[in-house]
Amino acid sequence: MHWTHPKTLLAGLAVVTLLGTASFALPSQAATLRMAWSQDATGLDPHKQTAFSSLRLLEMIYEPLVWLDKDLNVAPAIAKNWEFSPDGLTLTFKLDPAAKFSTGAQVTSDDVKASFNRILDEATAAAARSNFLSIKSIDTPDPETVVFNLSQPDAPILVAMASVNAAIVPAAEITAGSIGTKAIGSGPFKLDEWDPNSKDVLTANPSWAGGKPGVDGVTISVLPDETAILASLRAGQTDFALLNDPLVATLVPNEPSLQLNRVPGLAYNALQLNPSRKPMDNLMVRQAISCAVNRQEVIDTAQVGEGQVTGPLTMPAYASDPSTLFCYKQDVDKAKDLMKQAGMADGFSATVIAATGEPPYASAEAQVLQSQLAAIGIRLDIKLMELNVYVDAWLKGDFDMAVALNGGRPDPYPMYNRYFTKDGNLLKVSNFTDDELDSDLQQGRAETDVAKRKVIFQKFEAHLAEMSPWIWLSTSYSYTAQQKTVKGFEPSATGDMHSIGKVTVGS
Amino acid sequence: MNYVTQRLLTFPLILLGVSVLVFFSIRLIPGDAITAMLGTEAGLLTPAQRASLANYFGIDQPVWTQYARWLGGLFHGDLGISVTYGKPVLGVILERFPLTLELALLSVIIALAVGIPAGVYAATHNERASDLGVRLFAMLGQSTPSFVFGLLIIYVMSVYFGVIPALGTFTPIWVDPLANLSQLIFPAITLGFAFAASVTRISRSAMLDVLSDDYVRTARSKGVKARRVIWHHALPNALIPVVTLSGVEFGYLLGGAVIVEQIYALPGIGRLVLDAITQRDYALVEGAVLFIAFNFLIVNLLVDLCYVALDPRIRLGGR
Repeated sequence: MHWTHPKTLLAGLAVVTLLGTASFALPSQAATLRMAWSQDATGLDPHKQTAFSSLRLLEMIYEPLVWLDKDLNVAPAIAKNWEFSPDGLTLTFKLDPAAKFSTGAQVTSDDVKASFNRILDEATAAAARSNFLSIKSIDTPDPETVVFNLSQPDAPILVAMASVNAAIVPAAEITAGSIGTKAIGSGPFKLDEWDPNSKDVLTANPSWAGGKPGVDGVTISVLPDETAILASLRAGQTDFALLNDPLVATLVPNEPSLQLNRVPGLAYNALQLNPSRKPMDNLMVRQAISCAVNRQEVIDTAQVGEGQVTGPLTMPAYASDPSTLFCYKQDVDKAKDLMKQAGMADGFSATVIAATGEPPYASAEAQVLQSQLAAIGIRLDIKLMELNVYVDAWLKGDFDMAVALNGGRPDPYPMYNRYFTKDGNLLKVSNFTDDELDSDLQQGRAETDVAKRKVIFQKFEAHLAEMSPWIWLSTSYSYTAQQKTVKGFEPSATGDMHSIGKVTVGS
Repeated sequence: MNYVTQRLLTFPLILLGVSVLVFFSIRLIPGDAITAMLGTEAGLLTPAQRASLANYFGIDQPVWTQYARWLGGLFHGDLGISVTYGKPVLGVILERFPLTLELALLSVIIALAVGIPAGVYAATHNERASDLGVRLFAMLGQSTPSFVFGLLIIYVMSVYFGVIPALGTFTPIWVDPLANLSQLIFPAITLGFAFAASVTRISRSAMLDVLSDDYVRTARSKGVKARRVIWHHALPNALIPVVTLSGVEFGYLLGGAVIVEQIYALPGIGRLVLDAITQRDYALVEGAVLFIAFNFLIVNLLVDLCYVALDPRIRLGGR
């Protein structure tokens, strides 16, 4: 081959390049909500998925028996109303006769029973199963009534049911083995297309009991970089977005056409100590760490001020005023004193693990803690890990200290039973139990009176903060950003998306 | 053609090596598909629940058994099933490939369209101010990381012009060429910019070499016009190093441009592999890496054949 006209060829290439730069993004489509988030769902089985990103997608498609409203009160979903028997051993639900799956089929008590049996079946591998172990049997006297017979009084079970992890799926789909491949729920939208880590397309479910959804459909783009999400909102390409990074979120209000919704979440940031390792096995060392930490400074520096100091309990109904908890006001002298009493006047070295990007400020948080603890002679070596590697080490309890963002629950019992009771599934992670914590949690579980529960759990919280197996630091906000033309979204502390059915897009 | 056959025969051996490497190294990273799906909630599973999930993900067998089973499937053209997508691995890869192929082509086109003329221009204006200008541009292009340049484009376009490249979607060129171009042009410029810089430098130095050759002097002394000497006589001979460079770069780009795909949220091969690694979707990682390695081998072969076309004196296969 001999190139006779390289110049013509090059000129042609240049023209192609120029033509390309002249074209821009497509105009928007009406009545479709264009959403963006940085992480996509990892699967479609509502009973198996626990990732935040999966739950957010599935909440638009599936419904449980009950939801939590924005004040975290239990509110009707598929169930119209419910009642505990006086002895607390049966829980009866009346289903909404209008509740239908997106196929048009009625949601019946058989579907409810089949769904819970699926969750309880170990072969399903539903992580939420641990919340429902008190269910002894389920009766279905008629298609609209479901009776749960419990082996022991279990007040938190109702709140545990208010999650898409307890979604009601069609009994026929369970038999067919198609849960997780076909997403058939009774929520406001049905899933048309799921291209993992790229794009999700939903259309309004005409059979939704809540009426006609405010938009005809939702398209979700997965934009892994949150600054790109912000750019997309600015350019009007995205109507609604979920954000994790406080740094990006704080930039949203600068844009006149955009609105930031900010709700204190239930999840909490903590410095987990490992009391099975020396010298963290010593109460005084743990307390010294608690006293040496300035929680507000961690928030101001690492989280750009976006957070609130919290004790172990993050749900407003049960949380104490943090200033009443042990050493919540930084006291370096007391900390040094405690270290001396523990025979650790010269301090010690320890490794702290943190996950890269999860939360986005994890590494900054570790650095602030590193400098604060240096004041009492504790030398922290920060080990940043990929999330999955971190989770692996965390689950094995293979760390001296861990910077963690742990999920919260609307009820204290399921939130801490896993860590701090003798048969908790995550005892290996906390490595800490104590009789008082154990008995407080058991009492709180059985008690149905809210005022009495509050007293029990505040005692639990104060004791836990004093024992300092972990140093509770802050709650962060959960953020959604939207164009001001988007109306009707109710942000919730659980981050839950079910109010998306009421959202409308103006022009 | 004997040479081509010889080369093709080495392919399976190389691919086998790649597969062993990928298969075992991905399993060395702590964490598995279960922790990737459930995160810290994986700690709530009972042993029976964990066993059921391990069976579902196919990680309940010893690694060697898993490898033997996977290799057996490979001989039947079956790369396995992706647990994330619930679809055959090959199908998932082929869905993502058009984007990667087009992006790679587009960036190479941009790089050549900018780099070759710039290189030729600099060579013919050797050591003059304009040459220094071009070399400065080349230096800048090579030293600016793509994440800086890519974010800069997004920032400038969104803040000052109120438009940004359509993020997160991909429309195949045969469905809507305009939409397709609007999605890919900025990522292609980002990739092409750095690559154009390398092309500029290589073609400049190759041109300088060739311009001092005897035949160029002969052509000039025969009274051939300067422009014709440059574009017609010298350039084709200066192109061999550019072809080598472009071949390597193109092969590399076919493996996906992870950073640029991440910034522009493009569903290409690079992000596919990255996400598959984070989600510990073993079958998908193995299949995709094998596919990338195969493409690289093919592109290398084509580059070798290109040499023959460019310079008939080159004979492949020795002797």
